Amino acid sequence: MAEIAEGGGGGHKGGKKRAKKQSTRIDMTPMVDLAFLLLTFFVLTATFSKPKTMELTFPAPPPIDQKPEEVKNGITFLLSKDDRIFYYEGEFRTEPNEKGPKTALTELNFSQNSLHKYLLDKNKEMQDQIRALSVKHANKQLEDTTYKRMVRNIKADKSSYTYLIKTDDKATYKNVIDIIDELNINVVGKYVMVDILKPEMDLITEKVGTN
Amino acid sequence: MSKKPSKGAAPALDMTPMVDLAFLLVTFFMLTASFRMAEPVAVDPPSSIGKVDLPENHIMVTIDDKGRAFFGISNTTAKREALMEMAAKYKVGFSEEQVTKFTGLPSFGVDIKDLPRYIDAKDEERKTFQPQRGVPLDTITPNNQLKDWIAIGGKKAVETYNAAKARAQELNQEFKAEKPRYAIKSAATTKYIYVKDVIKTFTDLKIYQFNLITSLEGGGTVIEPSK
Repeated sequence: MAEIAEGGGGGHKGGKKRAKKQSTRIDMTPMVDLAFLLLTFFVLTATFSKPKTMELTFPAPPPIDQKPEEVKNGITFLLSKDDRIFYYEGEFRTEPNEKGPKTALTELNFSQNSLHKYLLDKNKEMQDQIRALSVKHANKQLEDTTYKRMVRNIKADKSSYTYLIKTDDKATYKNVIDIIDELNINVVGKYVMVDILKPEMDLITEKVGTN
Repeated sequence: MSKKPSKGAAPALDMTPMVDLAFLLVTFFMLTASFRMAEPVAVDPPSSIGKVDLPENHIMVTIDDKGRAFFGISNTTAKREALMEMAAKYKVGFSEEQVTKFTGLPSFGVDIKDLPRYIDAKDEERKTFQPQRGVPLDTITPNNQLKDWIAIGGKKAVETYNAAKARAQELNQEFKAEKPRYAIKSAATTKYIYVKDVIKTFTDLKIYQFNLITSLEGGGTVIEPSK
């Protein structure tokens, strides 16, 4: 136990005082108990990390009189219940026409060798370019600002894909975050959350059934 | 050649370093602790690779898995003024005491008409407060109180920020606070359609940038203080 020696060193006097020279011990146990109690309380109530966030910008709704811009190279993800994802490429066709057959949905899931692999394959070229740039940037061959501009240019390239995310009314928030996360991991150029259209909804219903 | 210990004496162990350390830790945790009141609803956000910290100065809408919206402002001055203006707009009276108590509360999810009663409720009663249907954001009837809260809260938060900045400049001090930002926190299991309603409320107000609160990928969930 911690000890506290009593008095100064000048105690070589009479016999009576000699008996008192033995150090006085203060029992520190209660204090230590309390200290640990407080310690435990603060450790348990401590917020270890500030919550992390994902920054997201939503598009401003277009002016009413303006026709929505046609998306070229679009890939549409449709999210539904039970963590199911479907996608189709290009524009939506209810009937086959000269541009291609009727739109059909392909299913993916949130695993590494499904959605991740699909995005990886789609973006290979762009990712290679960005990766090459970031290596140069890391080696200090490129200035910060130049690097940023070049990455932005690659991402804004007309030939790169635009990803549209649509959900039906059963998809969960987690699904949306997961897909945005996956798109972020794969440094895709552009993605946007859009409202689902009736024919797309019908196609999903066909796949997953109602209720 | 060991020394024989004196008879009957308990082996003395010097605990001083341990006690020193214990107090050091107590001091550390005490000083870093930030006390927050328990949120009216527990929400478990999904995980993502997002690494941006939640801004200190924020206006947050929490959406639980039943789709109820809860509203909170981190800045107490802005919160007080927002309540005053909302009270005037909806003609609900608040006493000075209630206003002060309100600034100490975390987010709330009640109709403004029930707010005085909610504020007066005891801490442990708030969790079971009825009716706690979330801040109304009905666009049809129209009873979109959330929209007003966001609009007024946002305005007040910016005003407070600007006032603080002007004051700092007057005194030639360094100004470090950040601009208020809008955050959305939702449970992983919440149907996206509910979140969409809230986002629609924001975009109607021409607010397009959000911080979506997520826990860090890799299992590390945020430990909320138990109380």
